[in-house]
Amino acid sequence: MPFIPHTDEQVAEMLAAIGVADIDELFADIPPELRCDGLRLPAGLSEQQTLAHMAHLAGQNATDLTLFVGGGFYDHYTPAAVEAIVSRSEFYTAYTPYQPEISQGTLQAIYEYQSAMCRLTDMEVANASMYDGGTALYEAVMMALRVTGRNRVIVDEGVSPIYRTMLRSYTTNLGIDLAETPTAGGLADRGRIAAELNDGTAAVVATNPNFFGCLDDLTDLADAAHARGALLIVSAYPISLGLVKTPGAMGADIVTGEGQSLGLPLSFGGPYLGFMTARAEHVRKMPGRICGRTVDANGREGFVLTLQAREQHIRREKATSNICTNQSLCALTSLVYLSLLGKGGLVALAQLCADKAHYAHERLTAIRGVSRRFGGRWFFNEFVLELPTPARVVINRLLEKRIAAGFPLARYYEDMDNCLLLAVTEKRTKEDIDRLAAALEVSL
Amino acid sequence: MKLSFDKSVPGRRGIRPPASDIDSPVAIKPSLLRDRPAELAELSELDVVRHFTALSELNFGVDSGLYPLGSCTMKYNPKICEQVAGLAGFAGLHPLLPQLPGGPNLVRGALAVLHAVDLLLCEICGMAEFTLQPLAGAHGELTGAMIIAAYHADRGNKKKTILIPDSAHGTNPASAAIAGFTVKSIPSDSAGLMDTGALAEAIDDDVAGLMLTCPNTLGLFNPHVTDICRMIHDADGLVYYDGANLNALLGRCRPGDLGFDIVHVNLHKTFATPHGGGGPGAGPVGVVARLVDFLPISVVRMRQDGSYALDYDRPKSIGYVAPFYGSFGIIARAHAYMLMLGRDGLRRAADHAVLNANYVRVRLASHYDLPHKQACMHECVFSATRQLRRGVSAMDIAKGIIDRGMHPPTVYFPLTVAEAMMIEPTETESKEVLDDFVDAMIGLARLAESDPEAFVEMPATTPVTRLDEVRAARRPDLASLAGGPAAKGAAQ
Repeated sequence: MPFIPHTDEQVAEMLAAIGVADIDELFADIPPELRCDGLRLPAGLSEQQTLAHMAHLAGQNATDLTLFVGGGFYDHYTPAAVEAIVSRSEFYTAYTPYQPEISQGTLQAIYEYQSAMCRLTDMEVANASMYDGGTALYEAVMMALRVTGRNRVIVDEGVSPIYRTMLRSYTTNLGIDLAETPTAGGLADRGRIAAELNDGTAAVVATNPNFFGCLDDLTDLADAAHARGALLIVSAYPISLGLVKTPGAMGADIVTGEGQSLGLPLSFGGPYLGFMTARAEHVRKMPGRICGRTVDANGREGFVLTLQAREQHIRREKATSNICTNQSLCALTSLVYLSLLGKGGLVALAQLCADKAHYAHERLTAIRGVSRRFGGRWFFNEFVLELPTPARVVINRLLEKRIAAGFPLARYYEDMDNCLLLAVTEKRTKEDIDRLAAALEVSL
Repeated sequence: MKLSFDKSVPGRRGIRPPASDIDSPVAIKPSLLRDRPAELAELSELDVVRHFTALSELNFGVDSGLYPLGSCTMKYNPKICEQVAGLAGFAGLHPLLPQLPGGPNLVRGALAVLHAVDLLLCEICGMAEFTLQPLAGAHGELTGAMIIAAYHADRGNKKKTILIPDSAHGTNPASAAIAGFTVKSIPSDSAGLMDTGALAEAIDDDVAGLMLTCPNTLGLFNPHVTDICRMIHDADGLVYYDGANLNALLGRCRPGDLGFDIVHVNLHKTFATPHGGGGPGAGPVGVVARLVDFLPISVVRMRQDGSYALDYDRPKSIGYVAPFYGSFGIIARAHAYMLMLGRDGLRRAADHAVLNANYVRVRLASHYDLPHKQACMHECVFSATRQLRRGVSAMDIAKGIIDRGMHPPTVYFPLTVAEAMMIEPTETESKEVLDDFVDAMIGLARLAESDPEAFVEMPATTPVTRLDEVRAARRPDLASLAGGPAAKGAAQ
């Protein structure tokens, strides 16, 4: 039987040591009428059969598509060294570093990850990571309620509709006043937000670039929020921060985002990485694990989980969050990825994505009848194309040519039937983009 | 060890993105751009590989040695499961593809995995349907608590109290509170089980449900569990099964048959996916038939022709708890594991987990205090109170175990046992390894008698010894920030 080492002789020795006749006796506390008389499952497979079966299933997925689908989840290239490092089983078969003396590898990596995320977002503190960008945003909202003691949150509809539905689901029983404000011309509507802001507002939630790919400077939004004693929460796309003005520089108080683009596979939706950074003054209201640098009894530098008085294993129902672990291996992945790219590499990568996206924009909008929705706005590597026909129809036609041309916005937004959200990463070549343009032109 | 940032050499480059094949670079409006690059480390690829290899060598994982961390089920993580998750057809799959026209056909194999794992977990747990979306055990608890809330809201109930035994994991009360419930703690009785009398007293019209770990955190199976479920059901409450300890019951009994309504399963415990240094995990949630409508959006459905679809039309659903379908990479690993073990392997896993825990229990019983003497399930909980009288705490014993080349048990949990040491060997450990552990524990018990002072120096074999946690909390140094000392302002 797989993975069970005992021989029959050893089992007999152990049963004798325990003083029972057989293993069944160890389950005597389970009343007979509650016992299971055998699961209705097939017999086990060998490793070889299992791999064959799973490879067969994997082969039924379309991985030959040329991807222009983004929507917050991006097809970036991951250097081989990332996988090589995170595959070290000293990292991946360990658990939460409860015993710091034999967990310095994980702990220092978390500290470096926290540092990297602070540097990337221009913020002062970070937690050790959360499940994904959506749950991180929800946790940021809850954190803002704790910081301000208020109950109202304003969410710009430029925030991912996926995250907004998650926010609504999580807050529905909590009596939180969640106001969503429509965008104006592709950006957060300053007038609407100002009208919604009052002295009961805990936070304004925005994102940059937003779901339509539009770039914004949210500094005035931070000022407006602060003037009413509210926080600004910004959800960010980390690769864009190679170029784009940081949430910290705009005056954000809490920054979250999806870290998948930092070396994690798309993997059909997870495991991903939620990151969270904040101003230092708020650290004791932060959810999740936090790692800190300290010294040992001999004065040597080392790392521990700290500020644990916030957490569920100490505070139980009064904890800042119910989160138990972080997303440690994914945080490590992002750290290794950022370390490999380095200061100059991230800038170059971000510029490359932007260049390719702008080339795609130029080629596609040159097609008769095709334009860009929110055309006056700057964008990073994603934008909305307005087509002369419903986007769904066009996507379908291009899929026949093995091109996933983008995401149909009608799924989440009214009045956007003909709108296609299209992302370009460094993995798409000029030829890919030319092929997309040619295919789009003949499909209209 | 030096931070990667402190090894940085200005101008050094690691991975270089490809040269641009676009002739004219775009110049985005400067006011929208950052004014200086992020101060990431500047290292060569080899610098990075060596730095992280060196860090990995400071770590201890299941592959390093015995990891009997109670309540965490640190069993061996089969290597083949890593390979499965890395298959290009899984790893490269964009999660929005199913939402494209004709999308489900683009991800047929992935939906087949989700559907199969749903069915496997239903059979193992005796539930009607699972959602695979919850991204960790605690996230499953929150999902379950939201389902309890939705169930009562649907019936027009205004119930606001969740009952939780005092031996429960801290995540239980935290999850219930975050879902909007008031938590009432139920004491344990002298046998280490939830006090049924106290439970009866606590049940009133406001009780929405009970969260129970079974076997509990002392490794004990409560023989009255069906009566407890009945008591809660009689008050129109729901009973939640915290699956942290499901490894004990695989193929032996099913939570659904015991009377539980909602179950979460930790795939990273029971189904052998790696713990990752603290995540990612996965915490699928199963429910009985009357609660299926409340499961999160979306769910995978198999059509009559054998094809798959995602159902988003779920008016009674609690909504979206995750962006997509769950931690797919973890789910795929767990699927491979379940296929390999099959019907008999799953049961044998539980059998041997319980055998190993009882073997350790019996062999250590005369050396450490055992608060509850009956046979345990997959884990046993000792107390170091005897050793504490000599000045040696559970933490000291833990540090001593580190010096003997093993990971210590969970200490100071459950909270209901003083100086608790919670040992969960799991089924994948051999008798020789268990004997080494037992011998080490006995040696430490003897040392506590003969030379308690010796523990002050432990651990002595590690790159650092005991760390100053008070300093870490009072003078927080939480990040190395560019161009300045560590984060300020967090100190009290």
